[in-house]
This record gives sequence, structure tokens and C-alpha cells, in this order.
Amino acid sequence: MDKLNNQIVIDRLQEQFGEQVRIVAEPHGLLTVATEAMSILDVLAFVKDDVALRFNYLTDITAVHYPNEERDFCVVYHVHNLLQNLRLRIKVFISGPTPTIPSATPLWNGANWMERETYDFFGVVFEGHPDLRRILNMDELEVFPMRKEYPLEDPNRVDKKDFYFGR
Amino acid sequence: MSKPITKITPNAAVFFDNDPQDELITLNIGPTHPATHGVFQNVVQIDGERIVSGVSTIGYIHRAFEKIAEHRPFYQITPLTDRLNYCSSPINNMGWHMTVEKLLDIELPKRVQYMRVIVMELARIADHIICNGILGVDTGAFSGFLYVMQEREFIYEIFEEICGARLTTNIGRIGGFERDFNEIAFHKIEEFLKRFPPVLKEFENLFVRNRIFIERTSGVAAVTPETALSYSWSGPILRATGVDYDVRATAPYSSYEEFEFDVPVGTNGDVYDRFMVRNDEMWQSLRIIEQALEKIKKEPAGVFHADVPDFYLPPKEQVYTNMEALIYHFKIVMGEWETPKSEVYHAVEGANGELGFYLIHDGGRTPYRLHFRRPSFVNYQMFAPMSSGMLISDAIINMSSLNVIAGELDA
Repeated sequence: MDKLNNQIVIDRLQEQFGEQVRIVAEPHGLLTVATEAMSILDVLAFVKDDVALRFNYLTDITAVHYPNEERDFCVVYHVHNLLQNLRLRIKVFISGPTPTIPSATPLWNGANWMERETYDFFGVVFEGHPDLRRILNMDELEVFPMRKEYPLEDPNRVDKKDFYFGR
Repeated sequence: MSKPITKITPNAAVFFDNDPQDELITLNIGPTHPATHGVFQNVVQIDGERIVSGVSTIGYIHRAFEKIAEHRPFYQITPLTDRLNYCSSPINNMGWHMTVEKLLDIELPKRVQYMRVIVMELARIADHIICNGILGVDTGAFSGFLYVMQEREFIYEIFEEICGARLTTNIGRIGGFERDFNEIAFHKIEEFLKRFPPVLKEFENLFVRNRIFIERTSGVAAVTPETALSYSWSGPILRATGVDYDVRATAPYSSYEEFEFDVPVGTNGDVYDRFMVRNDEMWQSLRIIEQALEKIKKEPAGVFHADVPDFYLPPKEQVYTNMEALIYHFKIVMGEWETPKSEVYHAVEGANGELGFYLIHDGGRTPYRLHFRRPSFVNYQMFAPMSSGMLISDAIINMSSLNVIAGELDA
């Protein structure tokens, strides 16, 4: 079998999905593709099970907040082909008051907590997740703290006013 | 021998509905239970000694590192990484430095890379000592823990000699080390190579063919490779199931490709195999350190950082006397350095598995987004579902063999 490389991955993905999968970039050799929320499960299932690709190891799921963009949330998946040692990054840009994307838990059990963490910090709702609750923050928290508009320190604190520190 | 776990129901959301007759006992293990070795909670339903179902609650020491990192320049993020897996902070520090160096395209001199390898392998030994020692304590063998703890102390002395700190080391800088290893440090590393093997051998003899230890651990919490991969396990616990995935071997960083070492794998994926994999990894780490010391001798002496004045702070005494050094110092401290817009994922083999740094940089003074792929967090999610049907005492040693470090779990 030929050594799997980024070009083969691009060809396979475009053959299967055509316009649905866009090739974004290859920063530091890691192929990055983007797709839509409605087709993400198909893409993930395809790269996981396709005999040529076999990205069967889910490394990470996380999100990024771009408040100035039209579609302001980006969910990022890192998958890894352990046999051929190639990584692939898949991005999905979504928006809306409650950004929603299908859950990857049917494909990987390990997606469970990664998606809970992403929900906890960004408020991205993973549809079909068996147990979508907050994981690191307290249940009563009403904000999603990793969104850019949320300040690092609580602005309502009275014990850290600047004049106490001579500023 | 119990059957390997092949299928697991997802996180027990039905926890409180499955006991209409109120016959089961609900038990809190944690948040500050001695058996958890860290601050996290498991609420389990038990039927006698057997666990029926359980729910993990984590986040007790969540410190919002990812948020803080968005407000700090690169070199101030290193102390945050210390506090992820605080049993082997140098690996986290090096992983972060290498992520930034990958972003900035900085190539390090070979000698610096070997120095890093030594520090990382020492940290790995220190971490595995803790995990295996504690596993012994949890199975009722206390003395082994005490034997090796002295050696861990010695590793911390080496760290102290290299960087001045012991636990949260903040070791090295972006582009190399802040100073060269001194004579005493080299001497101590060599001494460690001499004094540690007999101790490790003795430690091994206490456990490896110990009937009680085997009875307690063999076949306990056995996991198939398919399940482990599906749960994105990595590190020694994945290798104990028979999958030979080690970042040092598959995607070598810091010149690991030049070293000769084996990747130990297990066959059953049970607690005993995890112990053995960690134990063998310590021997391999010793091998690597030996080779690294030999290699360092062949490199030009006194080189301890790359020549990147834009990112590496000049020596302090020059800052007061030399105009150029002052300018660089000012630019670095004020964050006036030119950095490319890019994104990087860099993974290192932490003591618990694949420790990844996903850095998105927009060219500003601080990262736009930094995500830690923390092996403890990913590995631990299987604990509650896999505990169903297990004896409490087995679940406890299963937990200690996963080597969950609360700091890494919660970030």
C-alpha cells in the first residue's frame, strides 16, 4: 500500500463529497478541510471507515469563537490515522444564538467528554449527545466563559477596584 | 479472570432512575477521598461490594487556563503548563516550547534537543514512579512506594540544579534553556543512572511475580484495543491493550528518532499490564538518557539555546550595558515581536499519553486560542462506565492505574 499523504486524502474527499468539503490550508503539514454542519457526520464517518483513509482515532474536539465573523463559531476536529501516522483537521463554521452541530458520539465514545467540554465553554449544542451537561464549570453558571465577549475577570467584583491598587 | 470489557453503555444518565425499590446504596468516592489521589468525585451506586453504576464529577480545580492563556504572551504561558500534570511538568513545558518553536520555525541546536530529551525522560520516570508506587499502595504493598520515592526526590534535585525549581519547574525557554546544565547537574544525572537501576530492580522484584499483586491486578479492568481506541485512550494504558502508539516513535520531536528505544506493549489491557508497561518504560527512559548523555559529549559544549535574538531573552548583564540587548529585551518583554498568523497542533508523549497543544495565532501578543489536549481528561471518561459491575476495591486500583492527575483533568 502506498504511503498515505495529504494529496490522497484530498482526492478521496473530493471524489466522495465534491463541493461539500473545502480544502482550507496545510499549516505545518497538517491538512485542514472545512465542511458544513449538516454533512459533518458523513465526513467523519467516511474518513473513519474508508479503507484508504482510516482516520480511526479521534484526537480532539474543540471550538473557536470568532465574534467578528458572520459565522462566529468554529468546531475543530482532529483525527489521526495511527497506522500511517497522518493527521487531519476538520473545521465546521456555525452560527446562531445556539450554534448546533450533530454529535460525533455515535462514531467515537471518546467524543462524549470532548463535546461536553466544548458545550461547557462555548455553548455549542451537540445534537444527539447522550448526556450534554456542563463538565468543568459549575452547573449554575449562566454564561459560556470561553466566548470572547466574556471578560477574564468578573467585572462585578468590588474588591478589585483599580483605586485600591493605586491605578 | 473476568471477561474483557468490549461494550460499554455511554455515561450513566439513568443513574437515579434504576433503583425504584431503594435497595442500592449511593456512595461518594471523593472529592477528597484518599483513594482518588486528587480532587474529583465519583458517585457510585453499590449493591454490596459491587458497583452498579457511577457518575464522575470533575472540575473541582478548574482554573480556566485556556482563558488565561488568551491574555498572556507565550513565555508567560509556560507556568500554566506546569500545573497541568504537575507530576511531570517538564514534559508539559517542553511541549509548549516546541509548539511555539514550530509556529515560529525555530530550529534548535542538537545539543539543546538532547538536553530536552534528558529532562523529559527524567520527568517521565518521576511520573511513572508515582503511578506504580501508588498502585502498590492501593493494592496493599506500601514499602515499594517508599523505596522509589527517594529516587523521585533525587530527580527533583536534578531539576533543582537545572532550573532552580522542583515541582512546578517552568524549565527552559522558547528557543532553548535559560542556562546551561552545570557540572553538578551532569554529575547528578550520571549518578542517577548508576543508583536508580538497582532500586527499580528491587521495586520490580516486589511486584512482578508477587502472587498477591498478580491476584489483585491481573484481569482487573481489562480493556480491548477496540474499546480503548474508541475512547481515544493514549499513553501507557493504551499500549497496555496492545496498541503500539507512542508519539515519540510515530511523530518524533526533539530528535527522538536518533535514539534507540523500545515501545513496550501489553496484551490484556488490565491493571497488571499497565503496571508492566510503565515499569518497562522506565527502563527505556534510562536507556534514552544514557544515549543522550553520550550524544551531548560529541556536541560543541556550552550551547544551550538557539540563536534567535527576536524571541530569546538576552543575558541580563548585557541588557544594562549593551544597546542591542536592551532593545531585544524591551521588544520581547513588551510583546513587540513579529509572529506569523498560523495554527499549530503539536503533540508530545506525556507521561499519561498524547499531550497536545492546539494553538491558533492571529499575529497578536497573545494566542488567539490555545487548547490543551489533556490525556488525563480524555482517558478518564471511560472510568465511570467501565466501573459498572466491578468490585469497589477493583475500581480503586483501576483508578490509580489510569494515573489521573487532577490538574491535567481540569486544566
